Amino acid sequence: MKQLVILSGKGGTGKTTVAAALAHLASQEMPVVLADADVDAANLELVLDPAKQEEHDFMGGQVAMIAPQKCTACGICADVCRFGAVVAPSPRPPTPLPSPNFGRGEGGQGGGVRARAYSIDSLACEGCASCFYQCPEEAIRMEEQQAGLWFRSDTRFGPLFHAHLFAGQENSGKLVTLVKQQARLRGLDTGAALVVVDGPPGIGCPVISASAGMDLALHVVEPTVSGVHDLERIMGTTDHFSVPSLVLINKADLNPARSEEIVAFCAGRGVEVVGRVPYDDVVTEAMVQGRPVTDYTDGPVTDALKGMWSRVSDLIFPDGIDVVKGGQR
Amino acid sequence: MIITVASGKGGTGKTTVAVSLALSITADQQDLTDQESADPAHPLFLDCDVEEPNAALFLRPIIQERREVGQMIPEVDFEKCTYCGRCAEVCQYHAIAVVGEKVLVFPELCHGCGSCSLNCPTGAIHEVLDVIGTIERGWAGPPSVSGSLPSYPPHGGGGKGGVEFAQGTMNVGEPMAVPIIRQLKQWAIPPNPGDRPVILDASPGTACPVVESMRGADFVLLVTEPTPFGLHDLRLAVEVARDELGLPVGVVINRDGVGDQGVDEYCAAESIPILMRIPLDRRIAEAYSDGGTLVEALPEYRKQFQNLYAAIGRLVAERKEGGA
Repeated sequence: MKQLVILSGKGGTGKTTVAAALAHLASQEMPVVLADADVDAANLELVLDPAKQEEHDFMGGQVAMIAPQKCTACGICADVCRFGAVVAPSPRPPTPLPSPNFGRGEGGQGGGVRARAYSIDSLACEGCASCFYQCPEEAIRMEEQQAGLWFRSDTRFGPLFHAHLFAGQENSGKLVTLVKQQARLRGLDTGAALVVVDGPPGIGCPVISASAGMDLALHVVEPTVSGVHDLERIMGTTDHFSVPSLVLINKADLNPARSEEIVAFCAGRGVEVVGRVPYDDVVTEAMVQGRPVTDYTDGPVTDALKGMWSRVSDLIFPDGIDVVKGGQR
Repeated sequence: MIITVASGKGGTGKTTVAVSLALSITADQQDLTDQESADPAHPLFLDCDVEEPNAALFLRPIIQERREVGQMIPEVDFEKCTYCGRCAEVCQYHAIAVVGEKVLVFPELCHGCGSCSLNCPTGAIHEVLDVIGTIERGWAGPPSVSGSLPSYPPHGGGGKGGVEFAQGTMNVGEPMAVPIIRQLKQWAIPPNPGDRPVILDASPGTACPVVESMRGADFVLLVTEPTPFGLHDLRLAVEVARDELGLPVGVVINRDGVGDQGVDEYCAAESIPILMRIPLDRRIAEAYSDGGTLVEALPEYRKQFQNLYAAIGRLVAERKEGGA
C-alpha cells in the first residue's frame, strides 16, 4: 500500500480539488482510502458526498481550571504563566445584585463570581500545568478538553477519514496524525492500494504531521510570486523529512512565464512537474455541485488531471499494482 | 485600531486585501484637511503568516531591523542533576526525558513553559534560547505603478506615504508558529496604537496561529469567496473570531460572481456585515501573479478601501459605545 499527500505551502491553490479528482480517478483502478488532514478547515467532505459511519471525540489536551473558592489571589499562577492565559481578578468589587448591565462589559467576570479569584483564558492556555504545580493553595486542576471530532464515512470512491477541530483549538498535529493513522489501518485491513491524504496549508506542525511516513508529496502550486515563494518553503519542509516531491501547476495559463519559472525551479531540484491544469470555471461549478471535477465534466481540466494521475500512478507504483488483485473494496 | 485580516480558507485574498487596505490609507492617500499635522500616522502592517509570509512580495519593504526569535528550552547542568526525573514528570509535552544517567531534551516538542526549571529540586535546569525563526521590520514606501523602490525615511518618522512593515518567518522544518507571532506582535505593535491603523495579515485556517493573530485586535476582517469551500471555512472563522474571542467581524467577498449565494445568505442570517465586494477580474489575478497589488493594477479601488477602513472604524466605535 502506498500513501500520497497533497500539499501546498500557500492556501487555496487547489489541494482539495486535486485530492477529490485523485480519489475519483484512482478509485476506478484500485481500492483507495481517503483522509482529510486539513482538520481546521476540512473541505474534502464537501465534494465527496460522504455518509457518516462513525463519529468519535478527539481529546486534544488539557487546560488549567482555577477553583474560585480556593483562590487567594496571590498571583503566582499569573507570574509563572508564559502564555498570558491567567486573567487577573477585576479590581472592582463584585456587584451585590445583578445590575441592568449584568453580564456585559465586566471583563468576563460576570456578576456573581467572587472578584478576588484569578481565572484562566482557556483559548490561551497551552496546558503546560506550570500553574498547577506552583499554586500554593492547590486551587488549580488540569482538565482534559475535547478539542474536536473525527469521523469515518463511506463515499463512492472509498472510505473517508476526516475530522473537525473545534474553533481555535491546539493540537491539530495530533488530530492529523490520528486521522492518517485510522486511514492507514483501514487501508491495511481491507487491502487498499493507495491512501490519498488531503493536506493542510503552511509548513508548520499539521503539515509535518500530514507528511510523516508518506511515499510521495504532490505539491499543488499556482504560477504567482507567492505560489513560487511558498513552493520553495514547503519543498524544503518535505525534503527535511525525506518525503519525495512532485509538482502540479494549477491555473498554469494565468501566467505562462511564471509557470516556466516553476518548471525551471523544479528541474534545478530534480523534481518532476507532473501536470499543468488550466484555469477554468468548471472547477468552481463542480465544487458548487459537490462533485470532483473529473467526475463532473470532461474537458481540458479533466484531461490535465487524468494525465497527472497516470504519471503519478506510474511513479508511485513502479512495478504495477499487484496489491489490488488480492484486495477487496 | 488593530484590524486582523483572516479567512479560514486559504487563497481567498487575505494578503491582497490587507496590502491594498494599508496602501489606501497611507497619509498621502487620505483626504485629510489636517494633512500637515505633526503625526501622519502611517499604517503599520504585520505579516503574521509566519509559515508562508507573502506580503513582502507585494509591499517590497526595505528591512531595517532583524532579530532571531525562538523559545526558551531547558539545558541541564549535570554537576547539579540527580536524575530524579521530576522534570520529565511535570513536562506535559514529553519534551524532556530522563533515561538512567542521561537527560534528553526534544526542542521541537517543547512549548517553552519553564515548568521543568521551576520544579527542579536542585536548580539544575536553566533555559536557553532555541531559535525557530526571525522577525523583521522596516519601511515600505508609497506604491508606484512602475514598482520602483520605495522611498526610505528614517524609522518611525517623516514621509506621508508609506507603510511601516513587520513580518515573522518560521524556519523550515520547525513546527510551532505561535511563539513567533506572539513575539512579532510584542515587538512591532506599540502599547497604545490608538487611532493608528495596525493591519495584521493572518495565516489560513482556524487553529492556534490564527487565534494568536486575532488576539488583541479591535476588528477581524474575514476575506472569503462565494463558494461552498469559502462558506464552510468562513463559518469556522466566525466561530473563532466572534464566538470564541468576542470580536466584531465583517466580511469581504472576493471573486464575487463565481460560485453560489451561500455566503450572502449566511451573512444575512448571522447579521454579519458584508463590507466590500471584489468582483472576479482576471486583471487582478494577473497583477497578483506578478507581485502587483490590487490598488496598483486598478487604482479606482483605492476609494473603496478607504470606505472599507471608515466602515470598520464606525463598527469598532459602535462596539465601544455599546460595551461601555
